[in-house]
Amino acid sequence: MNSLLRHKGWTWGFRTTILLYFVVLIVLPILGVYYNSFSLGFKNFVESISDPIAWKSVLLTLRLALIATIINVALGTMIAWVLVRYKFPGRSLLNSLVDLPFALPTAVGGLMILLLLGPGSLIGGAAEALGLEIVFHQPAIVIAMVFVTFPFVIRAVQPLLEELDPSEEEAAYTMGAAGSRVFRKVILPSMAPGMIGGGMLAFSRALAEFGAVVLVAGNIPGRTLVSSVFIYGEVESDNPTGAAAVSIILLTLSFLILWLINMAQMRGRRS
Amino acid sequence: MHVEVRGLNKHFGNFHAVKDVSFEITKGHLIGLLGPSGGGKTSILRMLAGLETPDAGEIVFHGQVVNNLPPQERGIGFVFQNYALFKHMTVYDNIAFGLKVKKANKSFIRDRVMELVELTGLKGFEKRYPQQLSGGQRQRVAFARALAPEPQLLLLDEPFAAIDAKIRQELRSWLRELIERVGITSIFVTHDQDEAIEVADEIMIINQGRLEQKGTPWDIYKEPKTTFVATFIGESTLIENAAELKGFKPAEDSRSTKALIRPEYIEVGDRQEFKMASATEKGIVKHLQFRGSEWLVEVEVNGHKLVTYRSLEKETLQVGQEIAVLVHRAYLFNDERSWIQENSLKEDPMPVYI
Amino acid sequence: MRRLWIGLTYIVFFLLIAAPLGKIISNAFSQGLPGFRDALTRPEALHALMMTALVVVTVTVLNTVFGIMTALYLVRAEWLSSRLKNLLNSIVDLPYAVSPVIGGLMIVLLLGPDSALGAVFEHIGFNIVYAFPGMVIATLFVTFPLMVREVMPVLQEIGGQQEEAASTLGAYGWKTFWKVTWPSIQWAVTYGVILTVARSLGEFGAVLVVSGNIMNKTQTATTLVYQDVENFNVTAAGGVALVLAAFSVGLLLLMEWSKKRKEVR
Repeated sequence: MNSLLRHKGWTWGFRTTILLYFVVLIVLPILGVYYNSFSLGFKNFVESISDPIAWKSVLLTLRLALIATIINVALGTMIAWVLVRYKFPGRSLLNSLVDLPFALPTAVGGLMILLLLGPGSLIGGAAEALGLEIVFHQPAIVIAMVFVTFPFVIRAVQPLLEELDPSEEEAAYTMGAAGSRVFRKVILPSMAPGMIGGGMLAFSRALAEFGAVVLVAGNIPGRTLVSSVFIYGEVESDNPTGAAAVSIILLTLSFLILWLINMAQMRGRRS
Repeated sequence: MHVEVRGLNKHFGNFHAVKDVSFEITKGHLIGLLGPSGGGKTSILRMLAGLETPDAGEIVFHGQVVNNLPPQERGIGFVFQNYALFKHMTVYDNIAFGLKVKKANKSFIRDRVMELVELTGLKGFEKRYPQQLSGGQRQRVAFARALAPEPQLLLLDEPFAAIDAKIRQELRSWLRELIERVGITSIFVTHDQDEAIEVADEIMIINQGRLEQKGTPWDIYKEPKTTFVATFIGESTLIENAAELKGFKPAEDSRSTKALIRPEYIEVGDRQEFKMASATEKGIVKHLQFRGSEWLVEVEVNGHKLVTYRSLEKETLQVGQEIAVLVHRAYLFNDERSWIQENSLKEDPMPVYI
Repeated sequence: MRRLWIGLTYIVFFLLIAAPLGKIISNAFSQGLPGFRDALTRPEALHALMMTALVVVTVTVLNTVFGIMTALYLVRAEWLSSRLKNLLNSIVDLPYAVSPVIGGLMIVLLLGPDSALGAVFEHIGFNIVYAFPGMVIATLFVTFPLMVREVMPVLQEIGGQQEEAASTLGAYGWKTFWKVTWPSIQWAVTYGVILTVARSLGEFGAVLVVSGNIMNKTQTATTLVYQDVENFNVTAAGGVALVLAAFSVGLLLLMEWSKKRKEVR
């Protein structure tokens, strides 16, 4: 039994299994999308992309994701600051709640926003009376994106603030620097890597978001149809090549962001 | 265990870490692998253990080639530099691990572990976890753990490197005694020559992947075979041109021959103190340092700075004083060869002070 | 100043987290307890919850085993050159960057009925896409980095020497793993399992594309919520969503707990 367990074949088998798992599960599917979108020739790819519904959806996604990211960087930095610097009742509860959007299914998140801001609800009704349209319009998409990417910036900035040596700040104060100046010159630079890194993660996640968005967006081409929903629609209407064409634009963009984050992390580690 | 190594080679990428090393170790001996850091000592030790595979060469235990045996089957004990104790196991479980793996029966394990606990002076610490122990205690646990399965060869990688200087001294003699008592063939790696000289029966000097010399500490000190060994072991002063020293005119072309002189090869004092005054040279005391049991004297002779010791029993020297200097012998070397030469102007051989 | 910031933080949390959570609870019970019960005991709801449970269990088991092994190989393997290891290491993160919908699309393209591989499988009567295996593969793809990224740093931190020590003491790979490696990584694995469960429980986009969302066949809890909303059956959607949300909150509590254990170690 023991000699059987120690046979060289096991080692070999394990290694092959893992490598195959890797290739089949991750590498092959990604290559498959790239292959598929060019399978009918480059001309066909350009055609798929130049469909106005397609490129407008990409532009819309980029614009809304950017807005959501900016909101998140601002809110996230503030919350990280409050959670690290101030002691107040409920702090640890809030700190745990930060991760809720990660734990919650995105479809449930979408439904929550729909219920809260929808036509029948209190807020939705009030907004409607004021002539504001939220659900099924662009604001709802941004809100959904902010919701699902909420933890990224907070979790990226928090550790940096915790590491920041208070004596650095104190030193600045003793040298007569005013509060706002200390914030700009000492605190902000040390938070910046987290704001940028967390912001990039949030941006890439917002680009990719589907579950929450599909429920609250009206999905009107050119106005509230984001890329991921467009891709889903193409798959449903049996046009996988068109879906693949838009997919590789999104994918390439996301890979680029991922690569940038990795680069930044590596440089950060070296210095 | 009788250990033999033939033509061992190891590369890490482009780096040739071990270059054609061969040696033989007699059963029961305690061997020190000594050399500068990064010289390949640890690689040799790891290849002996089977943790690293040699690119070429043979490792023979008891006349049997073990190159293809995994570490599990080599019958060795290994003490790691940072001990690598299992941090989630108690001292007892750490020591018992090797026996449990071998499925020894319970009462035997208990007896053996308690015996080792006793032997290593860890009684009362069996229930503790590694992080609750001091460095010296951890070292003892690592040692007991390696010994528990009764290996035939004990390998120790810088066993004292992570321990305070004070306790290190104590542990050294403890280890030496223990290994003698257990009677196990042992090889340890160190970069500290005092440690090697003090603990080992035999020393192997490793430099840049090569075995420079193997021998007893005394042999190596007395007769260094290579220039590296001569400079590495003990203190010495290098004289670029040996011919400038009185009594050391080599027969052949003297220009290229250099000399290494150890402090104990030099005698200083008043001219009348010497029997063979003609062999001495004039020197000026440049610096004096009290070393507790002797004086360290820096003396300038013909523009060369030499370093030596002087007994406290003798008359105390003064800085700037003119004295006589006798160089008894020197280690001479040039591009072709190296040898030890006695002062040719000196008739009767002087007793050697060390 | 301090008051203002804390107040603002509370407002953000209330608007973004507490209010939606509260709303989903009140919505699920908007027609009383019987309404909530009816929404959940619909045959399609029960089936969807069962499908979700099946996917979660299968994916968690597979992802845990393969994730630990991948992490071990990426950190320890000497038979992989360091360049290949670096390449594989960056590939691990790719699923993070891939939109779930695209992840689903990939599997449809690769294994769907129109693809060469899919045709082969269909021929032998083994459907992958629009069936359970496809849903598992899609979820595996999405959850792949979670376990690897939790276990790898711990393995790197503890180093390989304890394992080497075990091998010189006569222990082989299996024993070394369970006696020496496992105790060090168990909390990281626990955390990874919780993350995997949370992610596979909530996976929506990839599963929606791959499963085809066929009622009583391949429909999961999240895709049922989607369908209910599309059919303007918001109360029913709320019932299932509340169950999912309750699980998520439970998982969140577990996460906090295991994070603490992980830190103490």
